[in-house]
Amino acid sequence: MELTATTTIRKPVPEVYAFWRDLENLPTFMAHLEEVRTTGDRTSHWVANAPFGKDIEWDAEIVGETPGEKIAWRSTGDADVPNAGTVRFVPAPDGVSTEVHIVLVYDIPGGTIGKAVAKYFGEEPHQQLDDDLRRLKQIMETGEVVRSDGAPWGKQSRKEFPQRPAQPLSESELTKGADR
Amino acid sequence: MRANTWAGRNKVEVRDVPDPTILNKRDAIVRITSTAICGSDLHLVDGYVPTMQDGDVMGHEFMGEVVEVGPGVDPGRLRVGDRVVVPFPIACGACGACAAELYSCCENTNPNAGIAEKMFGHPVAGIFGYSHLTGGFAGGQAQYARVPFADVGPLKIESDVADEQVLFLSDILPTGYMGAEMCDIQPSDVVAVWGAGPVGQFAMDSARVLGAAKVIAIDKEPYRLEMAERAGHTPVNFEEVDVRSRLLELTGGRGPDKCIDAVGLEATHGSAHIAAYDQIKQAVRLETDRPHVLRQAIMSCRSGGVVSVIGVYGGLVDKFPVGAWMNRSLTLRTGQCHVQRYMKPLLRRIESGELDPTRIITHTLPLEEAERGFEIFKNKQDNCEKVVLKP
Ligand SMILES: NC(=O)c1ccc[n+]([C@@H]2O[C@H](COP(=O)([O-])OP(=O)(O)OC[C@H]3O[C@@H](n4cnc5c(N)ncnc54)[C@H](O)[C@@H]3O)[C@@H](O)[C@H]2O)c1
Ligand SMILES: [Zn+2]
Ligand SMILES: [Zn+2]
Repeated sequence: MELTATTTIRKPVPEVYAFWRDLENLPTFMAHLEEVRTTGDRTSHWVANAPFGKDIEWDAEIVGETPGEKIAWRSTGDADVPNAGTVRFVPAPDGVSTEVHIVLVYDIPGGTIGKAVAKYFGEEPHQQLDDDLRRLKQIMETGEVVRSDGAPWGKQSRKEFPQRPAQPLSESELTKGADR
Repeated sequence: MRANTWAGRNKVEVRDVPDPTILNKRDAIVRITSTAICGSDLHLVDGYVPTMQDGDVMGHEFMGEVVEVGPGVDPGRLRVGDRVVVPFPIACGACGACAAELYSCCENTNPNAGIAEKMFGHPVAGIFGYSHLTGGFAGGQAQYARVPFADVGPLKIESDVADEQVLFLSDILPTGYMGAEMCDIQPSDVVAVWGAGPVGQFAMDSARVLGAAKVIAIDKEPYRLEMAERAGHTPVNFEEVDVRSRLLELTGGRGPDKCIDAVGLEATHGSAHIAAYDQIKQAVRLETDRPHVLRQAIMSCRSGGVVSVIGVYGGLVDKFPVGAWMNRSLTLRTGQCHVQRYMKPLLRRIESGELDPTRIITHTLPLEEAERGFEIFKNKQDNCEKVVLKP
């Protein structure tokens, strides 16, 4: 499965590039990631979020990078869900913003893992990646992912509608956090 | 705390809900001193805006005192104890739309941007108390509200003017003003305003302030037309006369130079069979909005004129007079108000006495009586023009 998405961020290319190049930042806006740990100059270890498939972890390496332009990576070894990605950064015509173009490729296996991943992407697989990029934009432009009473849990607010009502959260809801 | 909530179609209910807390670093919590009921709230209650949920806290016109700020709020801009009017669109101040002062189209403040994008092609900003399509933010018909990006939008009130003088800077005064501003008013212009509700009244006053030669008020409620007349505008009752003929009469056959739609998707029609046609289509969802005013404004406007739409539309309309619009060089302009753009300049116009927003307030009720407030405002009872609620 190949997914593409794009957004424009009102920050200069070097800043957006640097944020992405520090792969440990990816889980702050990509809903399917729990953690990315840098293990070497070009290597990293990725841990998926529960809805994407519990206990899915894989190693990845950067296979191409052109500072200020492009980063490409792919999973290595026998990953449960082999995947690869490329992100390009292009100065926008306004002279201040950066266009981010991303392509993700997943090799979805059969069995329970494949089912979980397919369920995660749902009927509109592009929606997830679009929302990931929306959160990236929020973080780069405003510092964090925006929360509302109806969708209070940032990137874990996956259910679009119906949501919890647009009224303040009770103490127990706040302590419990996102239910997933 | 107590808050007025949506409880299904045609039903609001003041209930106990949890107090708001800081969810984002740049949030503030505001203790609300005054809040109001808007024509836009009627669209929610009447069921014309999708994605409302039982329990949603309503209200997007409010002001009060800052009682808590998140750690990311710039202390140079906002502190605990400040008295603020809160604009209804939530804007981040940092995205491309905000940089272009298109605050109601902010690209970052709607956590449900994905749904909005499906409806509108591109997402729109978060709005307080105005459905999940615009983010699912609890509103301001309550004792307290959480205000995101509190150091961007809210306007500090530093003098001791009464709440009633500045409350409407949150929405309807800027909205009426933007309606008039989009008309690019010239000294010779006759401006016709459909709707003598609160938004229409402020559009009329703004057209006058911006130098229009004559302002015409169109509605069917005699008391609302009288209110417009007392403010110096020329009334036209659409139930008593044919609007287009009357407008031609009032303009020597030219038609109004500029037309403002301050009614929106729930317009009623003087002619029963046309009203029924759109009501039925709307009921079975073949069209979602009733565009009587939009059609009439386009057909009445002089060639080369501007039709400025501030009445709210939500979805699709039928029989849009595209031929009149195209062949007669009309300009159509519109938008949810970019309130943040207008708050400071309009505060100055209030302070200088050029605009008196208090003239439309007919009812002040305790928050507990919100349900009655909605009833009299919606049904035009007791000569109701605008209801202010006191939490
Ligand atoms: N663009 C924005 O940012 C913005 C902000 C606030 C409100 N609004 C919208 O402005 C509109 C008016 O708000 P309001 O608070 O004044 O509401 P309101 O319901 O009090 O007023 C609407 C008026 O229009 C009249 N009307 C109905 N059909 C008509 C027709 N065919 N011709 C002339 N008049 C007609 C009604 O009698 C009523 O007096 C609503 O659609 C509201 O949602 C838009
Ligand atoms: Zn309003
Ligand atoms: Zn913005």
